[in-house]
Amino acid sequence: MRSLNAPFFVQTLKFKPLNVERWLLWGGAAVVLVALPLVVHKGFALTLLSQMGIMVIFALSYNMLLGQGGMLSFGHAVYSGLGAYFAIHALNLIAKGALVFPVTLLPLVGGVFGALSGVIFGWVTTKKSGTTFAMISLGIGEMVAACSLMLPGFFGGEGGVTGNRQVGRPFLGISYGPEIQVYYLIAAWMFVSTAVMFALSQTPLGRIANAVRDNPERAEFIGYDTQVVRFLQLVLASFFAGASGALSAINFEIVTAENVGMLRSGGVLVATFIGGVGFFFGPILGAVIFTFFAVAISSATKAWLLYLGLFFIAMVMFAPGGVASLIVLNLRVAKAALFARLVPAYGAAIAASLIALGGFVAIIEMIYHLELEAMNDPVLKLFGLRLDVTAPAPWVGAVAVFVAGSALWWPAWRWLRRRWDEVQLRLGEGIA
Amino acid sequence: MNPAIELRRVRKSFGKTAVINGVDLAVARGERHAIIGPNGAGKSTLFNLITGRHRVSGGGIYLNGEPIADLKPFQINRKGLSRSFQVTNIFNNLSVFENVRCAALWSLGYKYSFWQRLEAAADARRRAAEVLEEIGLARRRDTPAGVLSYAEQRALEIGITIAGGADVILLDEPTSGMNRSETAATVALIRKVTVGKTLVIVEHDMSVVFDLADRVSVLVYGEVIASDAPAAIRANAKVQAAYLGTAKA
Repeated sequence: MRSLNAPFFVQTLKFKPLNVERWLLWGGAAVVLVALPLVVHKGFALTLLSQMGIMVIFALSYNMLLGQGGMLSFGHAVYSGLGAYFAIHALNLIAKGALVFPVTLLPLVGGVFGALSGVIFGWVTTKKSGTTFAMISLGIGEMVAACSLMLPGFFGGEGGVTGNRQVGRPFLGISYGPEIQVYYLIAAWMFVSTAVMFALSQTPLGRIANAVRDNPERAEFIGYDTQVVRFLQLVLASFFAGASGALSAINFEIVTAENVGMLRSGGVLVATFIGGVGFFFGPILGAVIFTFFAVAISSATKAWLLYLGLFFIAMVMFAPGGVASLIVLNLRVAKAALFARLVPAYGAAIAASLIALGGFVAIIEMIYHLELEAMNDPVLKLFGLRLDVTAPAPWVGAVAVFVAGSALWWPAWRWLRRRWDEVQLRLGEGIA
Repeated sequence: MNPAIELRRVRKSFGKTAVINGVDLAVARGERHAIIGPNGAGKSTLFNLITGRHRVSGGGIYLNGEPIADLKPFQINRKGLSRSFQVTNIFNNLSVFENVRCAALWSLGYKYSFWQRLEAAADARRRAAEVLEEIGLARRRDTPAGVLSYAEQRALEIGITIAGGADVILLDEPTSGMNRSETAATVALIRKVTVGKTLVIVEHDMSVVFDLADRVSVLVYGEVIASDAPAAIRANAKVQAAYLGTAKA
């Protein structure tokens, strides 16, 4: 009835910009994925990108549970790991000629077996929600990790299962020998998986999963069996976890007990949380940051886990919505043309943080160097400086920088908070 | 014709404490039925038994003649019975619109589908818009439900309850915590959205009860001591003694 009164073009005008925006976003992402290797083509950077792509799929699938369905899982690596094992066994069958299947579609194998393990284990875990779900997922994670050593035939014992991705004749020149081809395989799967997971979040099941997350009891009173909702959501999520596992099997050509282990289950939780569980794109950012820590920073320092842990704590304390929420909140400020009011405070806070961080990193690195390397060479090269860790001067200097940075950080942080509240107040007035 | 809701000798105990002691109750189709009683009489427990939130300890509950005492809440809901809650029970992080649309999805046949886009479900969108118009929250369409005012949340609570198009509506103290004008608006809303439906309402506000109800049942210590037309209930000596207070008469 209403639409009869409105001019016919009103609706079209209302919906068009949204679609254009969406096409631009996805199209832009595709272009970036295709073009990235033209900019970053060194071996290490390419490996880093490949691993980021795998982690993006894994973290997005994890957020189908945590962010979208309210299920805090401590055992998500079970699904990616089992997917990886089945994929590498399939790869070896292809190599033996016992199976004819394109390597390009191997993630489907991982996905199907990931989803199957989701059917089996999810049947148990999704009976309950909340803390009970979390505890059972932890138990199942431990159980599968234990099995990996009990059943060496399938899991390959401590050495794991190795494979060779260059099987069969190259198809259109694709042999998966060069790293660049693996990158494009991962990028393509990442793009498609992300699109499908986004589409899934926009279906009746996806929305009801949000409802079950918010209020499982009420969901029962609008006709939904919350157990079935959680179960379906988990099975779908484990498909993508399995696909990411298969990609890691192709990328590394080895799958070990670590793939189903607790460390990986914890890692995906940390990555997803850092990125932000409240937004669909949050885990993408989280996966990129996490992989950067785990691959790039870990190759530069042994203390990377310490830095990651501290970063995680800082995020939980100061930005529980993750990097995504920081971006969205600041975009809102920028949209209202209030961002300029924050810039000086941001500058001060960031400068103080960098000073404190520099001092802190110097202390940590000197401790590591003193404990592990000093007998060979007492000089640590850091920030372009040559620091003799057996002499007192570098220690005094590092502590002084750290203390100075921290002392500056406190007023800068309070200044930023004040400015931030001010801006939020004005934003609120604008809305009302 | 079977009554819309029928309770036969329904009992409920929590441990050794008997809360409902053999309640018999029949609500005819299309009737507006109020359940009143002092605090702790077991009104909310009775609602929880009818809607499957709690299991009965004994007796039977029938929806249009069909036994439902052993069914789960979602199964009962799918048979066309929907309820609201005394303490607001909504989906806080979802928008007002999504709250109502979610509540309409099952009855429109979308169930657990993950192979179609929600946006393509024109009937669900239409139904949600219709309900928002009815409960007066169309303006708040995109606001997260958690930041609505109390009165708005109460209206949304009713919206979620009716969105699925259930024939039997149970409202648990829909006007609790409201001022006079809010209460009047809510009564008008309830009247509007339950036209042609069966309504069972738990209510403390007597003016609401006598304004809205065709029949009233009085629950005291887990027993129905009277079930009659409002005027007859007002005149009932037993009710006056037990509930309304003899002094008032």
